[in-house]
Amino acid sequence: MSFEENNSALLDEETHEAINIDRTKGDFTFPERHKYDAGRGLTGKTIDYICDVKKDPQWVREFRHKALKTFLSKPNPTHWATKDLENIDFDKIRYYLSDGEKPKRSWDEVPPEVLETFERLGIPEQERAFLAGVEAQYDSEASYSNMKEELSKQGVIFVSSAEGLKEHEEIFRPWFGKVIPTADNKYSALNSAVFSGGSFIYIPKGVKLKQPLQAYFRINSESFGQFERTLIIADEGAEVTYMEGCTAPKFETATLHSAVVELVALKGAKIQYITVQNWSSNVFNLVTKRGLAMEDAEVRWIDCNIGSRLTMKYPGVIMKGERARGEVVSIALANTNQHQDTGAKMIHAANNTTSNVVSKSISVGEGRSTYRGQVHIPKHLKGCKNNTECDALLINSNSRTDTYPAISVKGNRHATQHEASVSQVSEEMLFYMQQRGIDEGHAMSLAVNGFINDLVREFPMEYSVELKRLIDLEMEGSVG
Amino acid sequence: MSLHIQDLRATLEDGTEILKGVTLEIPKGEVHAIMGPNGSGKSTLSKVIAGHESYVVTGGSVTLDGEDVLEMSIDERSRAGVFMAFQYPSEVPGVSNANFIRAALQARLPKGEEIDAVAFYKSLYKKMDLLDMDRKFTARAVNEGFSGGEKKRNEILQMMMLDPVYGILDETDSGLDIDALKVVAKGVNAMRSPERGFLLITHYQRLLNYIEPDHVHVMSEGRIVKSGGAGLALELEEKGYEFLKEEPALA
Repeated sequence: MSFEENNSALLDEETHEAINIDRTKGDFTFPERHKYDAGRGLTGKTIDYICDVKKDPQWVREFRHKALKTFLSKPNPTHWATKDLENIDFDKIRYYLSDGEKPKRSWDEVPPEVLETFERLGIPEQERAFLAGVEAQYDSEASYSNMKEELSKQGVIFVSSAEGLKEHEEIFRPWFGKVIPTADNKYSALNSAVFSGGSFIYIPKGVKLKQPLQAYFRINSESFGQFERTLIIADEGAEVTYMEGCTAPKFETATLHSAVVELVALKGAKIQYITVQNWSSNVFNLVTKRGLAMEDAEVRWIDCNIGSRLTMKYPGVIMKGERARGEVVSIALANTNQHQDTGAKMIHAANNTTSNVVSKSISVGEGRSTYRGQVHIPKHLKGCKNNTECDALLINSNSRTDTYPAISVKGNRHATQHEASVSQVSEEMLFYMQQRGIDEGHAMSLAVNGFINDLVREFPMEYSVELKRLIDLEMEGSVG
Repeated sequence: MSLHIQDLRATLEDGTEILKGVTLEIPKGEVHAIMGPNGSGKSTLSKVIAGHESYVVTGGSVTLDGEDVLEMSIDERSRAGVFMAFQYPSEVPGVSNANFIRAALQARLPKGEEIDAVAFYKSLYKKMDLLDMDRKFTARAVNEGFSGGEKKRNEILQMMMLDPVYGILDETDSGLDIDALKVVAKGVNAMRSPERGFLLITHYQRLLNYIEPDHVHVMSEGRIVKSGGAGLALELEEKGYEFLKEEPALA
C-alpha cells in the first residue's frame, strides 16, 4: 500500500492537515533567476565555466580538472552499494546555478525570495536566538554569511569556501583535499571537480566558541546538483560546534547532493559537527565526511538523516595523534521509498586512541536501513579502544535492515567491543499505547523517540526539538 | 447510562470462536466481576471491548451511553472513557512514565492546547503517593525493568490519571503479593463513584475481598453462565469451577 493512499484513507483530518503543513514547509520553490547556469551535463567546459564565474585561482582550476578525470575513471561502487546509484543521470544534472552575488553580511541585502526561503525555514530567527554565526546557501552559492562581531575580533574565520580559498589561501590550501583525497571515492572526486559553496572555518589557538556556527543548505532548482565543500580547522586547544541543516522541495526529477566535509582538529582541539538532514524523497545524498584528530584532539560527528531517496554517508575520524578521540553518533530514519545507507569509519593511527560509534536506525514501511562500520587498528599500535553499538528498530514487517561491521583489529593490546540489536515496535506495544488514547501515528513516534532518546540528548536543545518534530511528522505520515 | 454488551461474538483471525454471545450491562456506579476458568474467554472479552486487532467481531454490539464502541478506533475508545488495565503491560523503551501519561492526557485535549506541566506533576505525585510509588517512577521508562507488582501499580496509576468512565481490569491480581494487591484495591476503591463503572476480570476470589463487587458473573466457554451478588464469588471459591460441568443448562 502506498503511503499517499494511507494518508487519505486512514488519517483523521487533523493529522492530514499536520502532514500537509509539513510538506509545504520545505516543499516550496521560487522561480529561478540565475544569472549563471553551467547547463546540463559535465565536461571540461563545465569546469572552465565554473572556474570563470567563480574567478578561481589557477591551482583550483587544475585541481578541478584533475578531479574530473578521476571522477570519470571511477565506476559507481555498485559492487558493494545499491544499484540505485545507476539511476543518477550525470548528463541531466545542472552543476552550477547562481545569481552571481557575493554572500551578504546582512539579511536586508539578501534577494527577497531567498530571504523568504530562509525565513520560512526559521534561520534568521535561530541565528538571533542561539547561534554565533550563520551561512545560508541557496543552490550553488552562499547568499548570506555572517557571525558575531566579537568572534572576528578573536580571529575566527567563517566564510564561504570560495572566499576561504582566495582570501585565506595560506591556511586553506595546506589542508584542502588532505583529509579526503579527491580519489577517495567517485563522489568525492565529483565534488572536487565542481564544488561550490560550503564553509571555511578557522578557529585560532585556544579560542573556544560557546555558541554553535550554523550552515543551512537549500536546493531551490530542479535537476540540480549541490556540491558544497566545507573545511573546518580548529587550531591547538580550540573548540567549535558546527551545525548544518538541509532541505529541498519535492521535484519530479532526481536531485543530487554530494558534499565533502573535512575537519582538522589540531593538538587538544575539539570539533563537534552536527547534521540534521531532511531532504525530500527525490534527493540522492552522497556525502563524504572525515575528520583528522591530532594529539589529544577530539572529533565528534552527530549525524541525523531523515528523508532523501538514497543517503550514503559514513563519517570518519582518523586519529593521528596519541590519545586522540573520535566519535560518531548517528540516527537514520528510512521511510517507504527511502534507503539510508550510513555508518562510520574509525581509523586508529596512534597509540592510546579511542573511538566510539553509536548508530540507531529506524526502518518504516518499505524503508531500508543499512549500517556499514569500519574500525581499523593496526598491529604496531597499543592501547587503542573502540566501542561500536548499532541498534535497529523496525516498524511494519516489510522494513529491511542490514548491518555490515568490518572491524579489523591487529595485535592484542587493544580493547574493542561491538554490540548490535534489532527490535520491533510490536503490535502489542502499539495496542498498549493506543489503549491509553494515543493515536497510531503518535504512538509510533513515541516509540521512535523512545528508541533514540539517549542519542537525542547529544543534540543542542533547539535541534532536539526540531528532530522530535520531524520524527513526529514522518511517523504520522506513515500510519498504515 | 451504561456500558452495554449485547450478544457479543468474536473469533480469532483463524475463525476459532472465543466469545459465543456475551450479554452484560454495567450501569455507572457499579462494580462487576467476571470470574471463570482459564480459556473461558474472559480476557478476550476485555480485549474485544478495547479493540484489539487479533479478534474479529462476528456479531452483537458494545455501546457506551448508547454510542457504538465497536465503530471506534482503539484510541477513540480510550478517549471515550474505556480504560483497560493490562494483564501483561507492554514495555515502552526510552519513554519515561511521566511523558507517556502526559502524551495520553495531551491526546485528550483540543488541538493547540497544552498540558499545564505544574498541575500535571502535582496530580501525578498525589496519585503516586496514594499507590505508594516512589517518585523515581516518573523518570523510568514505561514498565521497563518493572517487577510484576510495579507494573500493576503503574496500570492503576495510569487509570487514575486518565480518569475513565469505565475501568476494565484484566487479571490485575494475578502474580501480585498481598501488599501489592491491597495497594491496587486502594486505588480502585478511591476511584469508585456513581459516575464510573468497573469490570474486574479475575480467576480468583481473593481480589474481591478488597474490592467488593456489586455483581459477579461466571464465564465459561465464551458465555456468561451464571450471575449473582458478591456471595457468588465466595461460593466459587469454596466449590471451584467444577459445578459448571454439572449445570450446562444455564448456558
